[in-house]
Amino acid sequence: MEASRIFPRPVAIACAVVLLALLAVPLLDSRYLIDLFTEIMIYALFALSLNVLIGFSGNVSFGHAAYFAIGGYTCAILLTTYEWPFAPAFAAAVVASALAAAFVAWFCVRLTDIYFAMLTLAFAMVVWGVAFKWRSVTGGDDGFVGVAVPAMLDSRVPFYYFTFVVTGLSAALLWLICHSAFGRCLVAVRENRIRAGFVGINTRLMRWWAFVVAGTFAGIAGAIFGMFHRGMYIESAFWTESATVLIMTLLGGIYSFFGPAIGAATLFVLERLTNEYTEYWPMVLGLILVAILLFLPDGLAGLARKLASLRARGD
Amino acid sequence: MEALATFARDTLGNPGLATLLSSPSFAFIQVLNSVSQGMNLFIIASGLSLIFGVLRVINFAHGAFYMFGAYILYSVAESYELGFWTGVVAAAAGLAVMAIVIERGLFRFIYDKEHLMQLLLTFAVVLIMTDLAKMIWGTDQYSVSYPDGFGGALNLGITFYPTYRLLLIAVGPIILVGLMLFTARTRWGRLTRAATQDREMLGALGVNVPVIYTGVFILGSALAGIGGALAAPFNSPTPGMDAIIIVDCFVIVIVGGLGSIVGSFVGALIYGFVFNFGSVIVPNWQDVFPFLILLAVLLWRPWGLFGRPEGEGA
Repeated sequence: MEASRIFPRPVAIACAVVLLALLAVPLLDSRYLIDLFTEIMIYALFALSLNVLIGFSGNVSFGHAAYFAIGGYTCAILLTTYEWPFAPAFAAAVVASALAAAFVAWFCVRLTDIYFAMLTLAFAMVVWGVAFKWRSVTGGDDGFVGVAVPAMLDSRVPFYYFTFVVTGLSAALLWLICHSAFGRCLVAVRENRIRAGFVGINTRLMRWWAFVVAGTFAGIAGAIFGMFHRGMYIESAFWTESATVLIMTLLGGIYSFFGPAIGAATLFVLERLTNEYTEYWPMVLGLILVAILLFLPDGLAGLARKLASLRARGD
Repeated sequence: MEALATFARDTLGNPGLATLLSSPSFAFIQVLNSVSQGMNLFIIASGLSLIFGVLRVINFAHGAFYMFGAYILYSVAESYELGFWTGVVAAAAGLAVMAIVIERGLFRFIYDKEHLMQLLLTFAVVLIMTDLAKMIWGTDQYSVSYPDGFGGALNLGITFYPTYRLLLIAVGPIILVGLMLFTARTRWGRLTRAATQDREMLGALGVNVPVIYTGVFILGSALAGIGGALAAPFNSPTPGMDAIIIVDCFVIVIVGGLGSIVGSFVGALIYGFVFNFGSVIVPNWQDVFPFLILLAVLLWRPWGLFGRPEGEGA
């Protein structure tokens, strides 16, 4: 397939603009904006990772926060309690979330639909339970605070660029994975599992890989998150966190690669803005969600496509 | 038993297990605790299961319904002092009204959509309802006193046990039998069962299927309200109670089999025993055990102990 079909020019231009804008954020010299965009990039990667599982392979995970939390806790604990240097701690966090996802996926791919979702939820609640009760290691419900962030990342701007590079590279890698032959197999599995099996795709293995990829990149996002907040809290593993990232993904649009990142940014900014006026952000979020589900089932990316095709027809 | 208890205490180093083995009254209390907790959870979970059986929607908002039940009971029984039982009835009625609004206003648009859409819509209802509860009742933790005549303890021969919890133990089976008679013997119950089998065929036969859907949703939601109201005296109404109870209910209905009332009953009992005995034998980790049971059941029989496998497999 030619490059312009899978990476159309408007998308390429938009990507370039977003990357340049993100590069320029620290020039504004606003602590608020730098922190805001750091967190947006973290959540964008989190949502992009979930979409490998949902959008590409068609499996709805209700426990994706588990791998985010495993990555975050592993990195934080290794850096702080065991005083590991940064690189091995970060790498170990990614490996830990990948292994956890590989283990859980081995069970989950045996099930489909609602049972798959419930099994991911059950595993995630076990992870939450462990973070909650293993107080001596994780700090329990007080959280794991005072993460020893390496000196070179210990100020705002370097951390921002670190997040930019890591999430950017991760997103690029995810894009390559999703647009490889493997990604196409996943779409085939999503569209019709039985037929995909008939043409020789090992559907369980494909779904397993999708789960592992999703979990690994969620772990990367979690590891950055823990260092950014200098702490990990059990709420990051609770099912409501899994639901939040699911909403981000859905808001952006699950049938588009970049949709979930847009959804994450939109939701995050909306949350910040809403919180300035009212404490009832969840209610606003609930109403937004109802509106998306009833009127915008393909998310913001779907809306953009619809508007584009309307304009094309108008020309 | 004494030898086993010594073994548990000295060799295994497990004082909880030792007490359980050496003291029959302690063990008996644990059994009653398990059953009464299980029965309270059954009331709530049966509503969730009933709704899934007919509407095919896993209702995340069921926990919020439970929370509203508890809050409504508090307002009616404590703030307005209209009595505990009026509060229980008000909780059921209040939830029935909310159920009509939610089912007619939202859920009926998504019955033919994907599971993901349905789950997220029910999650949206959770977000809206929890904030509504916060607006109405604030973030305080309220205490609710036991109903008249149920504040004390009863002498059961080997031990005293709170009367109110014994009442819960009695209410569970009554609701079970009531629901089973309803589905097996009444016209509405038969129509409900028919709707779980084949809603299109039922509609073709001239039955007003949407009305059945609304009716089942009202019944299931009212059960959540009653469960919340009955839980209020020992589970003080407070924000966040919905997020905990809903995952407990998921465990119960999946273990028992989605859509099966008997399954919810057995699932709730299993939950009660695993939770209570777990907290004695391996203190602090009781929250994790129900999920391990859920994992085991999902891997062994994903459709649950009393459920039936759906159509095609993986």
